[in-house]
Amino acid sequence: MSGGPGPASAIAAAVRSGARSAREVVDEHLRVIDQREPEIHAFNLVLAEKARARADEIDRRVAAGDDPGPLAGVPIALKDNLATRGIATTCSSRILEGWQPPYDATVVERLAEAGAIVVGKTNLDEFAMGSSTENSAFGPTRNPHDTSRVPGGSSGGSAAAVAAGFAPLALGSDTGGSIRQPAALCGVVGVKPTYGLVSRYGLVAFASSLDQIGPFAATVADAALLLEVIAGHDPRDATSIPRPVEQLAARLGDGVEGLRVGVVSDLLTEGISRDVVARTRAAADALSAAGAKVEEVSVPAVTLGLSAYYLIAPAEASSNLARFDGVRYGLRVDAPTTNEMMVATRTAGFGDEVKRRIMLGTYALSAGYYDAFYGKAQRVRTLILRDFAAAYERFDVLLSPTSPTTAFALGDKTADPLTMYLNDVCTIPSNLAGHPAMSVPFGAGDDGLPVGVQVMAPALGEVAMLRTGAVLEAALAGQGGAR
Amino acid sequence: MRAMPARITRDDVAHVATLARLALDEDELERFTGQLAKVLQHAADVEALELDDVPPTSHPYPLANVLRPDLPGPTLERAEVLAAAPSTEDRQFKVPTILGESP
Repeated sequence: MSGGPGPASAIAAAVRSGARSAREVVDEHLRVIDQREPEIHAFNLVLAEKARARADEIDRRVAAGDDPGPLAGVPIALKDNLATRGIATTCSSRILEGWQPPYDATVVERLAEAGAIVVGKTNLDEFAMGSSTENSAFGPTRNPHDTSRVPGGSSGGSAAAVAAGFAPLALGSDTGGSIRQPAALCGVVGVKPTYGLVSRYGLVAFASSLDQIGPFAATVADAALLLEVIAGHDPRDATSIPRPVEQLAARLGDGVEGLRVGVVSDLLTEGISRDVVARTRAAADALSAAGAKVEEVSVPAVTLGLSAYYLIAPAEASSNLARFDGVRYGLRVDAPTTNEMMVATRTAGFGDEVKRRIMLGTYALSAGYYDAFYGKAQRVRTLILRDFAAAYERFDVLLSPTSPTTAFALGDKTADPLTMYLNDVCTIPSNLAGHPAMSVPFGAGDDGLPVGVQVMAPALGEVAMLRTGAVLEAALAGQGGAR
Repeated sequence: MRAMPARITRDDVAHVATLARLALDEDELERFTGQLAKVLQHAADVEALELDDVPPTSHPYPLANVLRPDLPGPTLERAEVLAAAPSTEDRQFKVPTILGESP
């Protein structure tokens, strides 16, 4: 798909050289948004005037002989759980409707320093809790490939924005697959970096030990370019890794000759649809043909990931979301006493899925159940780290499907939360381990909708992961992009 | 293998809702109890494991005692922060009555 006017790297090169104006680039993208946004609903807010003003500023800098940076004039869409100073940041929740943060997230500052232009804030499942973007208080986003289908979630608006050509780049956040799964369902590239590689300062917290901000793009090279801009140590995030960022985009062409690739057998079985398994095996064959050494490997503890995640993430969420109490920001529903005000505010402000997770987390942390649930889940996290470590002694990267199926129909899985949770089975293990993982489009399923394959790597293994992704992208292009 | 904690009940859900400052009506209580029970049932595979000899992981990338120098620096503008609050008075957040409330 990607009806947009060209890749980010080409736009930035043209704007920096003066060959194209940033204003012209922004106007072109705003026209695409005007045409298709009414049927897609990727955005909670389109910042047309701000984007035009910012483009004019960049054009003036280029005219004055300045270099606005590696993303000069490149439009970007931001998931609406990233704080933007003076611009509404809702998390697609009633409880934050109208809130204008008094600060920018670190990633937003870095984008500004790199010359990027924010065109809008994208829709998400409320507080990033969901896999379809149907849990938004402002209505669902639709898949640009088929508007009767979901775009995936929780970063469904960002994935759809890139797929529809509204912007060549977008940022999302990934706690259990919220970048990779929508990337797969919308046929774009999505990267969850190593935990701590990108600062979480200004990302509204869901599950702090799992959340990571990462890029969406139409190509692997653009995703690498964006990741280089946003990565790096930040003293305002105590979990940020204190080491310099590696060059990523420049190393994509190295290929996979001799690279050891393990296909995770445990993620090719239960609940994964036949056509998705076939595409994953085709991806393995393509890597093999490109010179990689490909073998199947079992990483048994990954099958415990889903259960552990749905205890750990709600536990952390129940604590993080305690801050929404009607006192300092957002919604307040008046009541005679403070306690009654807090109950009224939270009851009116949160949607059902958020309530479910808060209660599940409160339960898993409560006296008498802590050891059985939360404590156990944390020990399972150790098992997953151990099994990954054993696999990475023999392999450089691991391969699996990203999502068990292609995009499903709106309303298909909303009645039963557990059915929705099962979408995350392949993506969750990398969050629990803190490892990087990405989804790369690799053709279509039986229904003609996009299939993504997941490339996983050990902590700080972004270079090998992105190289693998680039080879898959090139192989698919060589096959004419078809099945 | 240890005894499993009893299945989550309606009373449990009502209790955690109170702790989490959420009010549920009868229908919601019924629906949420069923849904949470199903998720916890799925977690039985984790619950059933004997893992006493496995240490817990709370955090994927171990960084200990991350401190910054204790120096004054820029902070958020007070007026801008207070402007986001639903109610303020004398440069402070204002809340309804607290004293005399029963918990």
